[in-house]
Amino acid sequence: MNFDFSEDQKLLQKTARDFLEEHSPLSVCRAVLESDQPYARDLWKSAAELGWLGTVIPEEFGGAGFGALELAVIAEEVGRALAPIPFSSSVYMATEALLLAGSPEQKQKHLPRLAAGESIGTFALAEKPGQNAAEAVETRFERGRLSGSKLPVPDGDVADFAVVAARTGKGVSLVLADLGADGVEARALASFDPSRSQARLRFENAPAELLGGEGEGAALAERLLDRAAVLMAFEQLGGAARAFEITKEFTLGRYAFGRPIASFQVLKHRLADLWCDIELTRSNCYYGAWALSNDEDELGSAACIARIAACDTFAAMSEDMIQMHGGVGYTWEYDCHLFYRRAKWLSAVLGNPSSWKHKLIDRLRARPA
Amino acid sequence: MDFNDTPEEAAFRAEARAWLEANAAYKNPDAPGQDPLGERIDDATLRAAQAWQKKKADAGWACIRWPAEYGGRGATAIQGVIWGQEEAKFETPPNIFSIGHGMCGPTIMAHGTPEQKQKWLPRMLSGEDIWCQLFSEPSAGSDLAGLRMTAVRDGDDWVVNGQKIWTTGAQFCDWGIIVARHDPSAPKHAGLTFFVVDMRAPGTEIRPITQINGGQGFNEVFYTDVRIPDSYRLGEVGDGWRVAITTLMNERASIGGMTGGGGGIGDLLRLASDLEIEGAPAIEDRAVREKLAGFYVRSKGVELTGRRTLSALSQGKMPGPEASLMKLVATRLIQEIAEYAVEIQGAAGATTDAESTPQAGRWQERYLAIPGLRIAGGTDEVLRNIIAERVLRLPPEMRMDKDVAYKEVPTGPPNT
Ligand SMILES: Cc1cc2nc3c(=O)[nH]c(=O)nc-3n(C[C@H](O)[C@H](O)[C@H](O)COP(=O)(O)OP(=O)(O)OC[C@H]3O[C@@H](n4cnc5c(N)ncnc54)[C@H](O)[C@@H]3O)c2cc1C
Repeated sequence: MNFDFSEDQKLLQKTARDFLEEHSPLSVCRAVLESDQPYARDLWKSAAELGWLGTVIPEEFGGAGFGALELAVIAEEVGRALAPIPFSSSVYMATEALLLAGSPEQKQKHLPRLAAGESIGTFALAEKPGQNAAEAVETRFERGRLSGSKLPVPDGDVADFAVVAARTGKGVSLVLADLGADGVEARALASFDPSRSQARLRFENAPAELLGGEGEGAALAERLLDRAAVLMAFEQLGGAARAFEITKEFTLGRYAFGRPIASFQVLKHRLADLWCDIELTRSNCYYGAWALSNDEDELGSAACIARIAACDTFAAMSEDMIQMHGGVGYTWEYDCHLFYRRAKWLSAVLGNPSSWKHKLIDRLRARPA
Repeated sequence: MDFNDTPEEAAFRAEARAWLEANAAYKNPDAPGQDPLGERIDDATLRAAQAWQKKKADAGWACIRWPAEYGGRGATAIQGVIWGQEEAKFETPPNIFSIGHGMCGPTIMAHGTPEQKQKWLPRMLSGEDIWCQLFSEPSAGSDLAGLRMTAVRDGDDWVVNGQKIWTTGAQFCDWGIIVARHDPSAPKHAGLTFFVVDMRAPGTEIRPITQINGGQGFNEVFYTDVRIPDSYRLGEVGDGWRVAITTLMNERASIGGMTGGGGGIGDLLRLASDLEIEGAPAIEDRAVREKLAGFYVRSKGVELTGRRTLSALSQGKMPGPEASLMKLVATRLIQEIAEYAVEIQGAAGATTDAESTPQAGRWQERYLAIPGLRIAGGTDEVLRNIIAERVLRLPPEMRMDKDVAYKEVPTGPPNT
């Protein structure tokens, strides 16, 4: 048994970490958060040059031709760095959608540009608060034209195209829409984590084309979300682990009552519990990665498990991070809120943990024990 | 990344399974799992357990990690795990030897003389002798080094006086390992010496203690002028703490893997499917579903973390203090699961009557048994201290008992 990443995969991870430590310190995240720029363009360019954006894109389409495990280790590093780039939207959502359902022409048109970072894609599902399911969409796609509105769409303001869940004659379908086309209006929305964008997309008779079979949209969206959930869980895991390290260092250096606050047993125990949570979450993420690269049957429950654990753990870690920093933790100047914001942003974008809990129970019931 | 055995591991697993198939029956997969702390050890159970152990010993399947000279086969850590996984699939008597094989044996192997090893280990392995651990005292549990039992040298013997408590299995054991204080004027950790003790030595009185669930797994053991030959001493005089640490390290390693029995998330999912709340299966209730999902995620996290540990073992790496995580997380989780299983039974949760309570009242029984697991072998709090200090390297606890003579250490108001 080797329920761990291979030496090559660990090496890839280390290279990614070293690069991001040098080129994406938290000040890079903060710079995007505090300015009008929607994402860090230089970093995005580097991610393309390093081959990260095309990790799982086959070589014939300009990618590196690796598997999901390689992408998972990079995702963890992107998460650790709180990298302010539309990685999740373009790589886990748009690229995966094309790989899952794209026609040869669609792949040829989009994948090389995605790998090179010349084009950014996203996935537009939700239309209103409280909605997680593809079955509920009202946006319509008829005779090659798309109408309706999507809210919120992660990175929708910077994306060049979107994979849109829309209603057609045969139920729900996925369609590809060029966001620069006539009839498309993209408006950036104030984001809970301004280092990652949110937008509203309006389509009025905008040109679009089917991605995958007509009426297969709900099933495709489900598979897509499962795959993305695992990859995003690694991002969340990375964020939680980094928040833990920063918090631990802080408690060792901060003195109160004549001793480091890390010597108070309540804080020691809380850090011990958080460490346990992160370790269990890591195991759940590994399982998701394993299912992603080996076993489609297990992926249904493995994705839920990774997603739920990662959302809960990153949220709890980022809350305790502020708490254990005391007053400075609540300041704009300290970095705690970068983690607090990112944790919530990531937990909102693929459907909240509660919706994944119901999905998990449905899936457990649907298969023999 | 894979969950597969290596070819050598697969071959070993097949060999183990073949022997088990020839000598035992598979468990019924639908039968409820064995419960933690199922202390119902009567004479017949005891004899059945010893017979099964003897059978394994004769075939070379007892304590397989031990060297061949004591009856083992020098197996690797991962082979030990594989054997355990396979044996768990079969119907076997309760394992009353775990303290001996998991803690006493490894301690004797690490610190015993060749004569001591030959005298005790083969009979421990074959199940002829059953062993217990006499560490805790009324005033020394988490703070084990605070123990009071005295040992005074007298010729070739030591004379011990005092009381041990919470000794699991003492009532049916032949031998025990015991720590006593030979020097009360030394600092507390320095004044201790470690012995093997004959449970039938004159002056020994064993009284079972009734637990909150009515079981009698543990005992108090009183020592009045009990003589222990000096040849039963393990390690040097004053080395008791170092020897005891060997035992405790082995204890945590063995308890971590012990919660795989009944009362897990699988049993809870079955209960929630069978049980109705207001006319519909409980598992269709939104609040119930969210709770179940949360438990499922944590249960998987524990199981998969175990797999990561095994992967490390399989590559020859030994687990360190981070293994404390398993016991800390798993025992708390199964308590929450049992608590919730009782809760969703509604008013019936308050009954234990086998005929009228869902799943024959087993959840209520478990709920009463589990608190002991969070205390035995290191409490939750002690495990968090270990993780904080030894894994995370946070500062140690402030202490009032270092570098003072044992007799000067504050002990609180006298018992009334
Ligand atoms: C079912 C069962 C079987 C057992 N079997 C055996 C056996 O076979 N042999 C044997 O020798 N012993 C055995 N024990 C004893 C067990 O090891 C002790 O009960 C345990 O170590 C706790 O010690 P204590 O009972 O004295 O509680 P205490 O140590 O007094 O603890 C009381 C409370 O204080 C907390 N506490 C203590 N120290 C600290 C600290 N430094 N920081 C924070 N909190 C602290 C504890 O966590 C606990 O919540 C058994 C116990 C049980 C329940």
